[in-house]
Amino acid sequence: MTAITDSLPAPPRAIRDEMIVFAVMATALMIVPLTGIYPFFVMQALCFALLACAFNLLIGYGGLLSFGHAMFLGTAGYFTAHGLKVWGLSPELGILMGTAGAAGLGVITGAVAIRRQGIYFAMITLALSQLLYFVYLQTPFTHGEDGIQGIPPGYLFGIFDLAKPTVLYYVVLVGFLGGFLLIYRTINSPFGEVLKSIRENEPRAISLGYKTDQYKLLAYILSGTLAGFAGSLKVFVAQNASLTDVHWTMSGEIVLMTLVGGLGTVFGPVVGAFVIIAMQQYLAGFGQWVTVIQGVIFVLCVLTFRRGVIGEIAHYLRRSL
Amino acid sequence: MQALYAQLLVGLINGSFYALLSLGLAVIFGMLNIINFAHGALYMMGAFCAYFLLNLAGIGYWPALILAPIVVGIFGMILERTMLQWLSGLDHLYGLLLTFGIALIVQGLFQNYFGSSGLPYAIPDELKGGINLGFMFLPIYRGWVVVFSLVVCIATWYLIEKTRLGANLRAATENPTLVRAFGINVPRMITLTYGLGVGLAALAGVLSAPINQVRPLMGADLIIVVFAVVVIGGMGSIMGSIITGFALGVIEGLTKYVYPEASNTVVFVLMVLVLLVKPTGLTGRAA
Amino acid sequence: MKNAISALLLGTALAFAAGSVAFAQDKNIKIGVLTDNSGLYSDLSGAGSTLAAQMAVEDSGMAAKGWKIDVISADHQNKPDIAVNIARQWVDVEKVDIFMDVVSSGVALAVNNLVKEKNSVMINAGAATSDLTNAQCSPNTIHWVYDTYMLANSTGQALVKAGGDTWYFLTADYAFGTALERDTTAVVVKAGAKVIGTVKHPINSPDLSSFLLQAQASKAKIIGMANAGGDTTNTIKQASEFGIVAGGQKLAGLLLFITDVHSLGLKVAQGLSFTETFYWDLNDGTRAFAKRFSVRMKSKAQPSMVQAGVYSGLLHYFKALEQLGGNPHDGAKVVAKMKEMPTDDPLFGQGSIRADGRKIHPAYLFEVKTPAESKGPWDYYKLIGTTPGDQAFRPLSESACPLVKK
Repeated sequence: MTAITDSLPAPPRAIRDEMIVFAVMATALMIVPLTGIYPFFVMQALCFALLACAFNLLIGYGGLLSFGHAMFLGTAGYFTAHGLKVWGLSPELGILMGTAGAAGLGVITGAVAIRRQGIYFAMITLALSQLLYFVYLQTPFTHGEDGIQGIPPGYLFGIFDLAKPTVLYYVVLVGFLGGFLLIYRTINSPFGEVLKSIRENEPRAISLGYKTDQYKLLAYILSGTLAGFAGSLKVFVAQNASLTDVHWTMSGEIVLMTLVGGLGTVFGPVVGAFVIIAMQQYLAGFGQWVTVIQGVIFVLCVLTFRRGVIGEIAHYLRRSL
Repeated sequence: MQALYAQLLVGLINGSFYALLSLGLAVIFGMLNIINFAHGALYMMGAFCAYFLLNLAGIGYWPALILAPIVVGIFGMILERTMLQWLSGLDHLYGLLLTFGIALIVQGLFQNYFGSSGLPYAIPDELKGGINLGFMFLPIYRGWVVVFSLVVCIATWYLIEKTRLGANLRAATENPTLVRAFGINVPRMITLTYGLGVGLAALAGVLSAPINQVRPLMGADLIIVVFAVVVIGGMGSIMGSIITGFALGVIEGLTKYVYPEASNTVVFVLMVLVLLVKPTGLTGRAA
Repeated sequence: MKNAISALLLGTALAFAAGSVAFAQDKNIKIGVLTDNSGLYSDLSGAGSTLAAQMAVEDSGMAAKGWKIDVISADHQNKPDIAVNIARQWVDVEKVDIFMDVVSSGVALAVNNLVKEKNSVMINAGAATSDLTNAQCSPNTIHWVYDTYMLANSTGQALVKAGGDTWYFLTADYAFGTALERDTTAVVVKAGAKVIGTVKHPINSPDLSSFLLQAQASKAKIIGMANAGGDTTNTIKQASEFGIVAGGQKLAGLLLFITDVHSLGLKVAQGLSFTETFYWDLNDGTRAFAKRFSVRMKSKAQPSMVQAGVYSGLLHYFKALEQLGGNPHDGAKVVAKMKEMPTDDPLFGQGSIRADGRKIHPAYLFEVKTPAESKGPWDYYKLIGTTPGDQAFRPLSESACPLVKK
């Protein structure tokens, strides 16, 4: 995995750079509703951005390529949707339930998956997510490919009316920024440093006395939980939860987002998510050419800017972003 | 009980497609270290190629069995020369992403020109009809598929594991610089190997054209299963993927008898179990 | 200078006048064709649906009467959340008045909710689920062409009447397949037949012969295919390979389109019987439309019933707007008007729209011709039975739709 995460040695100013970029990003996102940019597109992209960031935590800093991250997105989505629609839970409880479901899933699948490395880890996560797909296909509460539809938005904490786009936008934004900061904090904590050392050289980390499996498991669970949180938020944006969110092609899309933006960069997954979601949304008018255009973009991405958008910029500026 | 025999036999037939496809994938992974996600699309191209040979040039099934893999193989070699070779030495992920992009382009183009519901291709006259085996009616064509793919699989295995050419090839993947010092053109050999793997996919496509609809997405649903077969067999192991391919067909047949809904999922159960017990697959080397 | 100012004032005054006229009698319509341009259903809907919408605009003669109509289209990629996002943006930003086609059941149900919330209009031509006019019915949605209940009803009854008294189902293992099997079982059991077994196969199965063998072993007279798309065409192809039809069993396609028959070829598809509500070679009206349609299709294909439904549905929508004298941009109001008026167009003939949003027209049972009977490309069907509209669909007395007053 070393070739992918061939990151630059972070100069001391890195953290300050990152804080500036973060402030710019947060401000830009904050004023979106005032600019007339269509908020639902941004909300959808923010959910996927958080998802990609969670995924990036695992691969970019832990060196673990999960090819089954859609299972967290879908599980949390189903749990939240079911809680809101059938049990009539309030939004905060629905989100809590979805996120907790994803965390539980992370504990179970993580215990199995982290025992393998590299491509075998990717394969085992893929297999687990396919098994889960089958379970969701079979259980009646998911309503098969029709999905759970018409989910009532409700009032968050009893005061914020999520049926109003602007309110929903800021709720999603706060959720995204919170998740993003949590990931950022994790990366720069002692825990994150140990993770990076495992990525670079696991045997050495073991010989230094770290129980690497425990660190990897914890990173996996954290990543899965945050991915689930993104999935719960997405329920309010899309107002449905369906099988597409658990399908392996969704796991593939998460990988693509992270790669297009820049693996192992702090802001890359965010940019990647916006690029991919924009492609799905705005290429939709190109009719039959959508898949071809997507394919061309991926080929070009691999052949010409392999570090991803942010990775290339960071490389050019000789900064870590 | 009779129904079970029938399911096992049909499973074996399906297994021969898995074996052919995963064989190609294993050859490419073993020799080039590339996870070829375009394999499904190339399989589809093989089937389409057979269709065009028949409908545009009047060339029938038998010549197509040879011509289609060559045509698609050449297409594959062009891909390797123009794109894939720039990825050598990089992480697997990039090869996977690039070939995934190629698959999207190919499938999208075919869909634009030929629609999604596909095109008809008939069974060749020589192989029409069937034999009553007592427990089931076996179409002669299916029998032919099993025998033919078994022969191709063993021939490929022999070529790579037992001949001088194969030895050179394996040596070239282990240590290209040294092999080059012996005066062997390594890049050309790599290109030819990719062509061989792609040709195998196209061959499977031609074989399946008379029994499946020839449609642009025919390979898209298959790729992930075939991928799993390669992992279970041990990444890059030729014999491993042949055996696993046939075995998976039989296990699927069994599942279709007991719990048909799960027949597409059983391969992943198998994969989890195998990877937990034998981390590098049944016959594989370490990652 | 003075002149310039007065000219400016005059211009402003005129603009205001024009504006107020437009307000009183808004004659702008924006049509959004939300369809599958790149996936499984792109042949039977896709670009053809967009073309059908454009032809409806041209043929309606609305432009000559001062209406301004725009058609936009997008690919929902068969994903409900992408579809909902596009749809929401269409309503909020593009000011789309009506959604056409919306093929794929999961997508249709998702958009159905949004259309109701935004008080827009959906004329669904592509989706199969009968829930759209049952439990999930909406005052803003009309289900135009077909649904699972009707397919089961027409094909099931006809085959039982023809002597098919034992059935075995080959069902795609997802909500649509299960619904189709459930509805058909109810119909055939009521008609006096027996269901002796069923096998569920995963969708997009690479091979269906194993399941066919189980159906063969059951010795049922009819093998009901409760699946769609590539699964159905592969089932038919492999059934002929395994000598199932030759062995005396009959395949019943519960959801087949003319594009499927075209892709299979008559040699394999001959003898199949199934239900559609439109065939291009049905009468002079359909032939005239089909001729103009196929010339403009890139693939020269004849229209499917879904594409025909887009055309027919839009014509009726335009008629309702003309009666209203302008576009009120109020979905429920327009749909209510459409329900009041009887429908009549060259493709589906005379019909009506029920309170639950179900469009009523006859269902036709077709049999696929043999290669010898076919006179040329796309000459595929012969009509073997017609179910009148009032008997084809789910009776209102059985409806779970809250809009139906009981």
